Amino acid sequence: MDEKLKVELGKQGIFTTTLQELYNWGRRNSLWPLNFGLACCAIEMIATTMARYDLARFGAEVFRPSPRQADLMIVAGTITKKMAPQVVRLYNQMAEPKYVISMGACAISGGPFKQGYNVLKGIDRYIPVDVHIPGCPPRPEALIDAFITLQKQIDEQQLTGVGRPRHLDPDAPSEFIVPQFGPHDLEPPQNPDVWRPPLVNISLAGKNESGND
Amino acid sequence: MSATTAATAHFTPKPSTDGGEGQLLEVSMGPQHPSTHGVFRMDVALDGERVVKLKPVFGYLHRNHEKIAETETYLGSMPYTDRLDYLCSITNNWAYALAVEKLAGIQVPERAEYLRVITGELTRLQNHTSVIGFLLQDMGASGTPLMYAFREREKVLDLFESLTGSRMMCNYMRFGGCRADMPAGWLQQAQKVVEAFPRFLDEFERLLSGNEILMARTQGVGVLSKELAVDAGITGPMLRGSGVNYDIRKVDKYGIYERFSFKVPLGEHGDVYDRYMVRLLEMRESVKILQQAMRDVPPGPIMDAKTKLRGFRPKAGEAYGRIESPKGELGFYLISDGSPNPYRYRVRPPSLVNLTVLEDMCLGQNVADIVVILGSIDFILGEVDR
Amino acid sequence: MNLETIKSEIEANVPGCRLEIVPNNSPSGQHSLLIDSETALTVARFLRDAAHLRFDYCSNVTGIDWPGKEISEKVKIKKILDGVEQEVEEIQKTQSAGHLEAVYHLYSMEKKHGPVILRMRTEDRADRIHLPSLTPIWRSAEFQEREIFDLYGIVFDGHPDLRRILMWDGFEDHPMRRDYVEPDDYEYEPTPHDAVLQKAKQHLSETGGR
Ligand code: SF4
Repeated sequence: MDEKLKVELGKQGIFTTTLQELYNWGRRNSLWPLNFGLACCAIEMIATTMARYDLARFGAEVFRPSPRQADLMIVAGTITKKMAPQVVRLYNQMAEPKYVISMGACAISGGPFKQGYNVLKGIDRYIPVDVHIPGCPPRPEALIDAFITLQKQIDEQQLTGVGRPRHLDPDAPSEFIVPQFGPHDLEPPQNPDVWRPPLVNISLAGKNESGND
Repeated sequence: MSATTAATAHFTPKPSTDGGEGQLLEVSMGPQHPSTHGVFRMDVALDGERVVKLKPVFGYLHRNHEKIAETETYLGSMPYTDRLDYLCSITNNWAYALAVEKLAGIQVPERAEYLRVITGELTRLQNHTSVIGFLLQDMGASGTPLMYAFREREKVLDLFESLTGSRMMCNYMRFGGCRADMPAGWLQQAQKVVEAFPRFLDEFERLLSGNEILMARTQGVGVLSKELAVDAGITGPMLRGSGVNYDIRKVDKYGIYERFSFKVPLGEHGDVYDRYMVRLLEMRESVKILQQAMRDVPPGPIMDAKTKLRGFRPKAGEAYGRIESPKGELGFYLISDGSPNPYRYRVRPPSLVNLTVLEDMCLGQNVADIVVILGSIDFILGEVDR
Repeated sequence: MNLETIKSEIEANVPGCRLEIVPNNSPSGQHSLLIDSETALTVARFLRDAAHLRFDYCSNVTGIDWPGKEISEKVKIKKILDGVEQEVEEIQKTQSAGHLEAVYHLYSMEKKHGPVILRMRTEDRADRIHLPSLTPIWRSAEFQEREIFDLYGIVFDGHPDLRRILMWDGFEDHPMRRDYVEPDDYEYEPTPHDAVLQKAKQHLSETGGR
């Protein structure tokens, strides 16, 4: 429908919408997160739901303890290699449509604990991530911002065609391989269907001097 | 509330091995379970509702803090200590700073000692409120008590933020002093928060201490005897809840704690209720310490002038420094070989040691009590697994 | 309480024990007591039970890895050179076996004193890595000894439940040892710097950019 006409009709008290808008509106405003924290960032996640920041304003206060009832996984904290299989399993258990916010430096890349032998260097090695929030820990405002970003992303999605959401595409996978414990490391160390190391020019990196207090 | 909400619970009924007619049900609670506040798992065997076996499983947050610290400089490890017990970054800083100070024989200026006491006791306040909030949340009072607790916590976090620049990861102390002095008006602001705190405690107590449900769920539940507590190395409010008078602030008199008058609250029965009560009373004592410290804080430098933070190389040797963190005895054991990095860096985690008696406290209780007992231990997984 | 007096008291009460004071030259002045594994349990029990010592609280238990070092010494050897016996200086290199160490920090809750630091050493780092567990004396050592077993590989005899605690069960290495090689998963570094940058460069040069 023509945008102008729609606005005009709205002024006359006639509300029109499309199925797509209605559908996205519903998805966007009822993101139920999984009640699931991994480390320090989880405390900030809890703080976000509490009195001062009040995540409920964005329709996302219903933290569900079971992945079957949740739409959104907030990966809040360091994913250790011992925990990674359970995180992937929880993701697999969630019903579509499902989204992932990777909260904090650890969930993005390992963060301060990157050099740990038991630390997974980013959850996107195993599952697809919709929004990354940098910070260590990100402030509650940042988490709220990530929420709004995710809501915008959902709002803009076309229900048909190439860019359609994964759950409307019968060929797109909704479960991913769960890594196994190996004798030295996880097997496989990453899921090549989800993540391939981007080629970076390492020689250009590291120009910044470290050690600033 | 019961273990059936555990998302990853695997129910594998097994025939009872002890020849009884009942069947033992083995439940894996965690590592994703709303009551474990993180990634902790218990393998529980149940006879009906009764717990007959409980084995804690650790390591889901083992992020190699100790190994990384061996490759970092002494100063470089300070921000990592924030992330041990992430509710109480400042006391972690303190314990580490104390260990390094012992290792290198550093004296801390007067004003810095006062700042340490002030920030450390504020940390204790916000930790204990949050823990009580979490305990109540686990007990099923979802929402209100935790909301109240976090409302107060935010006030303390505001103070931390204006002093250190960060809400949670304060990275505030340095060996030889503190990183930043109080900004203008901070002390008055802090005084206001501290003066108002007892009122919040009164409110909390009115709401909770005499509450019938709370008493029914906590009194006589998760009893820890004095003897076991000492043998198992339990420290902190949990130990004192069992009636053992051992507070490192009094025993070691580290820093300037001997200048303040405060009492050490002790429990009698060693159950969940006593631990809850000890925490509440400890907060009142902390308020007293804070009032005295804020009254007396002297002017002066906040860093020892002789200590070089960069390129810091203590002589070869070792030191163990410990403090009374809100969770219990937090110790750092450092070995220097004269190089800029510690040769060995060890954290003595109160949370891990306090968790070891979980099975003893849970045996014979109902499965729903596990959650309450767990909440009364006050552990943070960043510190348990490091 | 002086460590010398404690040492002589233990020697008087535990026959056959071999004790040695390991001095600590740092300003902390926390010297420690090296005990032998045969009488370790008796020594520990004495420290816990003796009425005026009462070290009833074992606070910190930890492991340390001391890898073998190459020791080069100058030795004088008699050699026959050009038919004449001469004394020649040669540098002899020996590889010491190294050892693993377990450290216990003891305090007394009853008497409110401490710490007394006990150390035990294994004979080497490869297969003679057994030490007696002190868990029968102090329960608090139980989980911390498990952690040492997991991360350092010291086997504690007499421990009630010696399993891995932090790493998963099928894990094979002992990651806190100094010669542990971590898995190479530095494929991608968004903001590499310092040590991580070095590791990323090494990864890329080994795998040809992948
Ligand atoms: S990003 Fe920082 S705050 Fe968040 S889990 Fe990692 S270390 Fe903790």
